[in-house]
Amino acid sequence: MSKPNIQLDSQGRLKHFLTIDGLNRKMLTEILDTAESFTGVSERVVKKVPLLRGKTICNLFFENSTRTRTTFEVAAKRLSADVLNLNVSTSSTKKGETLLDTLRNLEAMHVDMFVIRHSDSGAAHFFATHAAPHISVINAGDGQHAHPTQAMLDMFTIRRHKQEFTGLRVAIVGDILHSRVARSQILALNTLGTSEVRVIAPRTLLPADLRTLGVHVFHDLEEGIRDVDVVIMLRLQKERMTGALLPSEHEYFQLYGLTEKRLKAAKPDAIVMHPGPINRGVEMDSQVADGPRSVILQQVSFGIAVRMAVMSIAMGTQAQGAAAR
Amino acid sequence: MKNPNSTQILGGRLIDPANGIDRVTDIFIKHGKIAAIGEPPEEFTPQRTIDASNQIVCPGLVDLSARMREPGQEHIATIASETALAARSGITTLCCPPDTDPVIDTPAVVTLLLRRAKRSARARLLPIGAMTQQLAGEYLSEMVALKRAGCVAMSNGYAPLANTLVERRALEYAATFDIMAILRPEDRHLRNNGYAHEGPVSARLGLPAIPEAAESVAVARDLALAEHTGCRIHFHLLSSGTAARMIEQAQQQRLKVSANVAAHQLHLTEMDIEDFDSNCHLNPPLRSLADRDALRSAVARGVIGAICSDHQPLEADAKEAPFPSTATGMSGLQTLLPLTLRLVDEGVLSLSEAIARVTCGPADILGLPYGRLQPGSSADICIFDPRAHWVLEAENMPSSGRNTPFIGWEFQGQVTHTLFEGRPVFQPDHSTHA
Repeated sequence: MSKPNIQLDSQGRLKHFLTIDGLNRKMLTEILDTAESFTGVSERVVKKVPLLRGKTICNLFFENSTRTRTTFEVAAKRLSADVLNLNVSTSSTKKGETLLDTLRNLEAMHVDMFVIRHSDSGAAHFFATHAAPHISVINAGDGQHAHPTQAMLDMFTIRRHKQEFTGLRVAIVGDILHSRVARSQILALNTLGTSEVRVIAPRTLLPADLRTLGVHVFHDLEEGIRDVDVVIMLRLQKERMTGALLPSEHEYFQLYGLTEKRLKAAKPDAIVMHPGPINRGVEMDSQVADGPRSVILQQVSFGIAVRMAVMSIAMGTQAQGAAAR
Repeated sequence: MKNPNSTQILGGRLIDPANGIDRVTDIFIKHGKIAAIGEPPEEFTPQRTIDASNQIVCPGLVDLSARMREPGQEHIATIASETALAARSGITTLCCPPDTDPVIDTPAVVTLLLRRAKRSARARLLPIGAMTQQLAGEYLSEMVALKRAGCVAMSNGYAPLANTLVERRALEYAATFDIMAILRPEDRHLRNNGYAHEGPVSARLGLPAIPEAAESVAVARDLALAEHTGCRIHFHLLSSGTAARMIEQAQQQRLKVSANVAAHQLHLTEMDIEDFDSNCHLNPPLRSLADRDALRSAVARGVIGAICSDHQPLEADAKEAPFPSTATGMSGLQTLLPLTLRLVDEGVLSLSEAIARVTCGPADILGLPYGRLQPGSSADICIFDPRAHWVLEAENMPSSGRNTPFIGWEFQGQVTHTLFEGRPVFQPDHSTHA
């Protein structure tokens, strides 16, 4: 017996955006198309549309993040919503309040949407399960589980450069084991019909049974990126370098660092992506990061349009067309 | 009459696997013990009669692992509340792990537990002593004093010994005094703060994972030490097929090892944690379908001789958080018998085998005289209606420990009476009469 998808309302429309898992191609395409209609907003003199006027969005970050929180805040403000930013890791939960208490208190302030980041996998599901029926929850990264808006902005960037997903080969390189971004990217790429998704890492950085997610596993970088259209490099946290997962930054760069020379194995028009912030000289060298194939900064600016799209769709408003008003 | 000295149970189908009995017959109880089976003893005057026609009469269940939360966490549950729940569930003997607060590592705590259990008098409570002081894995506890005070075995609870030398010493010392060691096999380093079985579900949900090897590596180590020290070892809460196979091989080599499994491990798998259901946050984690089937097979072949509840009542808040931040464990007393009977419906066990795994199986592992019905044995009896259907609903559960993934499940087989030492400790008001 399959359980109903918590992300969808009774009409099958997106109410919460917690994970790519369980969403179909049409829904993901709708997010991308809606985001497309928002890209022009940032270039106007008045960078606002009135879609979420009168709504209150609460950025609830239990984990530090500047980049993601800022893009969510900018996206919400461009939709004319009122925004609350709460850095909860330094406030109520430190005083012993449970997560449920925090949720109830914020609900009492008549918030319409929560954007949640939390160090526990499943935290956004927990909020969506317990939130009042009128509230939408957007996952801004939970543990090692999902970071669906990041994945969608990556998809948006890929579509901008490659137009179609069918026929594409995409390689994801680095710490897949701890990466919520990679899990969401893999699901999104497969849902959108990408021909081949590859992951490239030593076995210490790969989860068990990863093939069940529909990926081809490589341990050799040059072999893995041969003839790919897109290379997505993942951030490697420094603390993982000296534990038992990897011997050293030096050896990691020698084996998995992306250089111009290695990139030659990919297709000539392959693009290079990274969710940022980059460890230069660890994941890739500066020549690649700043080179002509890098689309890393585009990812950041597309992130705002994608988050505007997700917020407006989850709030049940018709973004397309309205954005052009 | 509240405490009659003599009771007769008439017309029930008596299943007593320890004595190879499965027939419709009568049971006669006097002064808390079985007086006779079949024909009444001479000059027997029943003060109470229980009509057990169309019902199954079996020994009271023996549960190798049930936490009472007392002493130390009485706000969650008490010996009184949990023994009352046990009585409703047909369980008459409960083994209590040592991780109470204070830990069961002194005779004083054992005495306290036994005194409080006697006061509640709804089930027999058998403490399991701590193998090391404070369960810290450094210094041996006074195992002999604990045994003399009433502990039936020694264990380090959920804190498997990380230091192999300490484990060797503990097993050697226990073996000297013929004390059984109950080990929860787990390599702490391989567990690595994981929350779920390492497999496709944890990979997709991004839950830090516990490999099956965390259990099998520990079983290999423990088996080597069992052979070296000669200690009787009972493996507690198996979760993997590999571990079950290793234990079977050891048994074939005549090592003194036994094993149990929690009832929920025979029904649930890693798939049940989908949607981050915190009631499925368990220790050991729910493993693969192949593991579940291998465990079922090991139970059917008797390699795993006991099914336990691993009852862990929790306060509601303990499960109201994102999956990794929730406490592990489920409330299991109420589902021990129904989940075991379900294995009969699903063709895993015969009815007699199923009853054996929750009565004489666990009793024999600990060398206890319970879980059997024969003249002279304690009249601990469970009577259940094998045809009764019921649904586990939160509203019908006691306020302590509603943490179970089985809410909403329909079960067949409902306890109608429980007798402990000949006294009815659970019964419907209308069906008993003096």
